[in-house]
Amino acid sequence: MSNVAVQDARPATPAPGRGSLSHRSLPRWAGAGFAVAAIALAVGIGLAFDLQSKVQWGLIAALLFVLISYAVTTAVENKRQAKDRVATSLVWVCFILAVIPLLSLLWTTISRGTKVLNGYFLTHSMAGVPAFEQGGGIYHALIGTLEQIGIATLISAPLGLLTAVYLVEYGKGALAKAVTFFVDVMTGIPSIVAGLFILTLMLMFDLQPSGFMGSLALSILMMPVVVRSTEEMLKLVPNELREASLALGVPKWRTILKVVIPTAIGGITTGFMLAIARIAGETAPIMLLVFGNQLINTNPFDGAQSSLPFYIWEQYRVGSDASYDRAWAAALVLIAFVMILNLVARGIARWKAPKTGR
Amino acid sequence: MAKRIDVSGLSAYYGAHKAIDDISMTVEPRSVTAFIGPSGCGKSTFLRTLNRMHEVTPGGRVEGKVLLDDENLYGSAVDPVAVRRTVGMVFQRPNPFPTMSIFDNVAAGLRLNGKFKKSELADVVEKSLKGANLWNEVKDRLNKPGSGLSGGQQQRLCIARAIAVEPDVLLMDEPCSALDPISTLAIEDLIGELKGRFTIVIVTHNMQQAARVSDRTAFFNLAAVGQPGKLIEIDETERIFSNPSVQATEDYISGRFG
Amino acid sequence: MASSIATDTPPPPAPAPAARRNQSTGRAGDKIFLGLSRGSGIFLLVVMAAIAIFLSIRAGIAISEDQGNFLTTFDWNPAGSPPAFGIAVLLFGTVVSSVIAMAIAVPIAVGIALFISHYAPRKLAAPLAYVVDLLAAVPSIVYGIWGALFLVPYLGGLNEWLDSYLGWTVLFEKTEVGVARSIFTVGILLAIMILPIVTSVSREVFLQVPRMNEEAALALGATRWEVIRLSVLPFGRSGVISASMLGLGRALGETMAVATVLSPSYVLSLHLLNPGGGTFAQNIAAKFDEANQLGRDALIASGLVLFVLTLLVNGAARMIIARRKEYSGANA
Repeated sequence: MSNVAVQDARPATPAPGRGSLSHRSLPRWAGAGFAVAAIALAVGIGLAFDLQSKVQWGLIAALLFVLISYAVTTAVENKRQAKDRVATSLVWVCFILAVIPLLSLLWTTISRGTKVLNGYFLTHSMAGVPAFEQGGGIYHALIGTLEQIGIATLISAPLGLLTAVYLVEYGKGALAKAVTFFVDVMTGIPSIVAGLFILTLMLMFDLQPSGFMGSLALSILMMPVVVRSTEEMLKLVPNELREASLALGVPKWRTILKVVIPTAIGGITTGFMLAIARIAGETAPIMLLVFGNQLINTNPFDGAQSSLPFYIWEQYRVGSDASYDRAWAAALVLIAFVMILNLVARGIARWKAPKTGR
Repeated sequence: MAKRIDVSGLSAYYGAHKAIDDISMTVEPRSVTAFIGPSGCGKSTFLRTLNRMHEVTPGGRVEGKVLLDDENLYGSAVDPVAVRRTVGMVFQRPNPFPTMSIFDNVAAGLRLNGKFKKSELADVVEKSLKGANLWNEVKDRLNKPGSGLSGGQQQRLCIARAIAVEPDVLLMDEPCSALDPISTLAIEDLIGELKGRFTIVIVTHNMQQAARVSDRTAFFNLAAVGQPGKLIEIDETERIFSNPSVQATEDYISGRFG
Repeated sequence: MASSIATDTPPPPAPAPAARRNQSTGRAGDKIFLGLSRGSGIFLLVVMAAIAIFLSIRAGIAISEDQGNFLTTFDWNPAGSPPAFGIAVLLFGTVVSSVIAMAIAVPIAVGIALFISHYAPRKLAAPLAYVVDLLAAVPSIVYGIWGALFLVPYLGGLNEWLDSYLGWTVLFEKTEVGVARSIFTVGILLAIMILPIVTSVSREVFLQVPRMNEEAALALGATRWEVIRLSVLPFGRSGVISASMLGLGRALGETMAVATVLSPSYVLSLHLLNPGGGTFAQNIAAKFDEANQLGRDALIASGLVLFVLTLLVNGAARMIIARRKEYSGANA
């Protein structure tokens, strides 16, 4: 009895006895072989023609790879298999093309960011530090960021939650449709436009820049995200639960507060945290509304503040080696903050996922 | 050109779980063979090993031999894509390509397999739709989407799509289970007509259906839940339903379990 | 679950003074709660309306004082006498950089989405999807400094190469010396930035392709690529389009990444590799510090145009999604 373990892939070795169902096929390592050949050729061409940019080498290699695989597969197998193979390699190329810059971004941030990142950096402000010199830290920016996103969350979490409840539990008719539509539209508002809107308020009512103004703009950005994610989670709560509770004579509002929201609370929390992660990195509104500050200002309602993303922008604009180091270190802190929020949020989502038994 | 299927020592796995164990049987050309048996006995899995569709399920793996006339489908040089072109399949739920028109649905397989002239293509589509007893119902709206048809019509569209590429074998995985009685009848009539041209294997839950449409019937069973399914017996349909040689078959057919 | 509800069963109806029926507390509660939640929804609409109205008011002030033509002037000088500013360069830069970003990002994102949904080994797919989602969360300012300090020097070679081989297309002809702080570089950076969002939305759609549609193609004897062409791409097309629109919306409004990378100028040039040009958001970020009262209003006016632009793009994306929902609902 022949004993074949079959995967959905070309058979490993071409066999001699062929019937109508089989054709000559390339060995499994063919793809890797083509890649090696293409890279070797590209390096050869690169050296021969003395091409400077490694990007050119890569492009030539990729092009050769596609051509070689198509030609060889057409010759050995057939056109359809060749197309399939080219599609497969293109998909892989896409993946690699995308991974390179993203890994580079992470690597650059980590390698350059760790240079000046230490306890001192985290616990000191830029007070009295000349922009071109080393030293200083992000303490003031951290405080600013935490306060601004804190206030923004306090504003948009209840509003967003209630709006989502309205849409899922009560929403019918034109008003609900309008709200749904504009929530979507609001998700797409560029952060700088949200900043400009608050700026118009400041101009009209003669308000001064402060952390709170920034928080207002951030809430505009955060609210639709909260509404959308909460809505999704509330929709996942099975109707049977609502009906069971209502059938027991529990009023609707208590059903929502005691049954629906607790059931979905894991997902809702996740949504909140992802929304926070999103606004924590916003720079543009802070630039327009909070102005930035080298000193520690713990009062978000009075006077200019800094924030982590704004600090990065500021240090980048100074343009000295010392300030670039600070910018990278702050970027690392910001990325770490956002990533941790994301990871925790997703952890909660997995842990508290409503068991709907899909 | 209908072909004979010879299965020997075939087992199929989902990961570590063995779904069917050591099945050997012969399916005669130009006839209808029905697979019956309780849920989970592996009859659908077995059907899917006959055109190498089983291995596309994650963890799916097959051991053994399936000879189509004299060629082993699981031979090392065999291309599963070619196998599936030769052994057509109709699924439990009608699955026309939702974005394609009726015409394009039927032509899909042909277009994959090479270039056709437009007129040739139209001929084959008409022939296949006629073969599936659907032509009269759809000839005026060939450019409408296939998803606009009724369930029974969609299933016949899928049959037309499958026979358009002139396969040697037609596998049907409970083709009527999602349909109403009238559509079911239409499909059953169609099966009777198609068996002159194809080797047909049909999985069904409905024993009356097996008795009505098939020439031979195979009964599958499993010892217990979690155990692999086995072929209990295969014989002329008449014998299976009147005088089976195994007690379990009789129990199942007379409705004592399953 | 059932037991937890049981313990939550109606509290003994509180004595309701003014009502005959004992559900009245529930009713009052319901009313308050409905009022609150509906109020939040209405508040959201009010905010949206306020954004449109207030921006329009200030924009109106600015445009009425503009001595240039707001649409066609190639300059931004609201502090001059007479003040003259126009959005021509900004509109051009915004649209062109976003189009470049889309042209690069969408095919690659579709490729990655397919990679995750249909090509990657199963064990790799889930972590990959996760990483892509995480990358969508990287703040734009970080992309910005990475673009300016790492990507720009690196792209010099590519620019030279494009100039020497594709210079004849005019678009890739580099007529000015200088680092690659060009609209083209901005496009590349924006492409990298929108890649994660376009990928993750497309991936979701590709994963939703009903298994039976793919099996239909497989059973006809389709190769993996043909399965994708026959059942995955047609099913996912509208999803990919709307994902692209979402990405486009982000690219149009991106501020910090553009502000860090571009060296702005008010020149409208088809030579995409030349340093210079500008976008709405970048211009606001660059000019805000030095802007006087009219300068701010002028920036607000340009922001209004950006707002309308993103509204149109996002609206289109939503309409496509909505139509797709109807379509798949009818099909279920």
